[in-house]
Amino acid sequence: MSRYASIWFPFLLAEYAARKNPVLREVPFVFASPQRGRMVIDSVNLLAMDKGIRPGMVLADCKAIMPGLEMVKTEPGRNKKLLHALAGWCIRYTPFVAVDLPDGLIFDTTGCTHLWGSEIAYLENIKTKLAVYGYTVRTAIADTIGAAWAVAHFGHSPVVKSGGQFAALRDLPPAALRLDPSVLVRLEKLGLRRIDSFIGMPRHALRRRFGQALPSRIDQVLGHKIELAVPVKPVEPYQERLCSIEPIASATGISIALRQLLQALCVRFENESLGLRQAVFKAYRVDGDVQQIEIGTGHSSRNPAHLFKLFEHKISTLEPALGFELFVLEAPKVEAVTQEQAVIWNASTQDDLKVAELLDRVAARTGPDSVSRYLPAEHYWPERSVKKAEPLWEKPVSGWRSGSPRPIHLLACPESVEVTAVVPDYPPLFFRYKNKLYSVVKSDGPERIEQEWWLADGFYRDYYCVEDENGARYWLFRLGPYDKEQPKWFIHGFFA
Amino acid sequence: MLNITTNDKKVQAQSEKRELAKRLQAEINRMQGLGNIRGEVKAGFAPFSSAFPGNVFPTGAIHEFISYEPADAASTSGFMAALGGLFMKDGGLCVWVGNGTKVFPSALSHFGLGPDRIVFINASAQRDLLWIIEETLKCEGITLVVGEIKELGFTESRRLQLAVERSGVTGLVHRHKPRSENAVACTSRWKITSRPSIVYDDLPGMGYSCWDVELLKVRNGRPGSWQIGWSGDGFVPAGRQPVADSSIFERQAG
Repeated sequence: MSRYASIWFPFLLAEYAARKNPVLREVPFVFASPQRGRMVIDSVNLLAMDKGIRPGMVLADCKAIMPGLEMVKTEPGRNKKLLHALAGWCIRYTPFVAVDLPDGLIFDTTGCTHLWGSEIAYLENIKTKLAVYGYTVRTAIADTIGAAWAVAHFGHSPVVKSGGQFAALRDLPPAALRLDPSVLVRLEKLGLRRIDSFIGMPRHALRRRFGQALPSRIDQVLGHKIELAVPVKPVEPYQERLCSIEPIASATGISIALRQLLQALCVRFENESLGLRQAVFKAYRVDGDVQQIEIGTGHSSRNPAHLFKLFEHKISTLEPALGFELFVLEAPKVEAVTQEQAVIWNASTQDDLKVAELLDRVAARTGPDSVSRYLPAEHYWPERSVKKAEPLWEKPVSGWRSGSPRPIHLLACPESVEVTAVVPDYPPLFFRYKNKLYSVVKSDGPERIEQEWWLADGFYRDYYCVEDENGARYWLFRLGPYDKEQPKWFIHGFFA
Repeated sequence: MLNITTNDKKVQAQSEKRELAKRLQAEINRMQGLGNIRGEVKAGFAPFSSAFPGNVFPTGAIHEFISYEPADAASTSGFMAALGGLFMKDGGLCVWVGNGTKVFPSALSHFGLGPDRIVFINASAQRDLLWIIEETLKCEGITLVVGEIKELGFTESRRLQLAVERSGVTGLVHRHKPRSENAVACTSRWKITSRPSIVYDDLPGMGYSCWDVELLKVRNGRPGSWQIGWSGDGFVPAGRQPVADSSIFERQAG
């Protein structure tokens, strides 16, 4: 069940003006704008309100009531700007913040409030944080946007229990349903001053007398009808959207959409001389389901044909069912295009690009871990003596060690062998590996490699290169010294 | 007098014809992927060149290697790395496609193949491996592709061959323990087995890596076999005593 919070700023503009100009904090003042040849009050501050001045009154009348009243001209569109800025700030409370004009915000708090302890604590936190900035707010949380709005503006207890909209609304005035003034006047005329006095009436009767707005508002408040709010998400800097008039359910349609989005995004990259490293393609299904496929490139690219190829075989993983109505392509990771990898194997830029694109395609098919390049690492321990280059074209900082022989095939994990050897430091005479006996004819060693105690515990290894009578060459080692127990022998590789 | 001139002319015409035939054959070889598309013949291939048509070790072709024992697989890898080092003497990029991370990069520099100029690609499924090998062979920016794959059918090998004929990339396909040595469309088939290493007179220990190199099949050429070793910077014949190389006595510690 979704939960929504409504945040109402009763003195939004006044408090903003007071923040800008502290002198206004101590004096009653109003915002007014010319309407039909006279100045009409749009909003007031708390001090003016205490004197009985309300929005909608004519300025001249108010001046008569209160000669010292200050007037500030209303700036059209200021509240919208202000609310958008506040909504951006409120992203800390929930990722979904919508602007509710003229003077409120709507939060989708589903799954967010427990982070503050409870819904009450959540609302208290919002209140105190905003009070620091000089804003007074009234808040409420309910199952529907309508109920939250009603309780924030007219209610008493800020948290409406799940499913408790009806009980919370029954004694509120009809204005809590966000109705047109004309409808409110008609309700007043009929003496319907509380919501519960008409909420039980048949819908068709209400529709006939008051228009479609009233029953649909009631349905929204009670949660029978979905009400949509548009979130002010932080805009993804590299994002392209494509809406389709008809839902798209075929792979061809999806690839056309993807091609268009890639084209648009790559034109942007071209202008900013950037390339894409990571992309997410999201498809919004008609029934509200969102599916996505992702790709990554090893080298920043802005070639739409290449990027499409990376996506190509993943398109089949999307399940369109009744069709997708919106496609969004985002580029969370973007980098400047560089030519540094060409330097590593002295090839032309043209070739370099081809190779980079090839490797991307391979990585897209078999997973990003399948493509690797190795660089020497500063370790003697054989398993640690090479490391993966990260990124793929990282330059080596040290040279490859060439002094001591290393086998061309190294077993990932040394395998145990049975050995006949002369103590203490001689190479084996015979060894048995996978039930086959090998007799050693020639050998080199030992080469002692100590375990790096700061990385791991364990004995040193004494490595021997041995050759059998057929000329096959092996890399064996003895783990630790001849002590009370017989040390174990292992085979670790094959020489060419 | 007149007779002699006609004779001369005949001889000249014949030699011209021979020249033309030779040139055309070379052209055909090149088109079949048996020539050397990337320019000059490299000196290091000398021992094996004579087996190939036109005395040219073919680049832009697929060479197939077969091995059965783990030690022979290592020898094959070493031999392929040695060939690769010769191919990439003037720079270039190698892609090593395999189904396990068995090759130890540190050892490759001994065979003249710079380990940091190799991109290793791992895949487990046969289909993926074939796809990767074909795609890499198609990419002109790559000099050498080493593919470790167990089975290779005729159709698949034909596809690989077509890919290299267009791109000029050299492919070395290593088949470890194949089910059968079926016919494939590769230029040559090699089998490398290890043989006792080359040592100095009475010095103890192991010497240079040494192999029995068998060239079992070669298109339009003469199959042969060699006993050859690798000295660290070139092939050395196994029969002859190697010239003492001072550097081997000055090995760095560690």
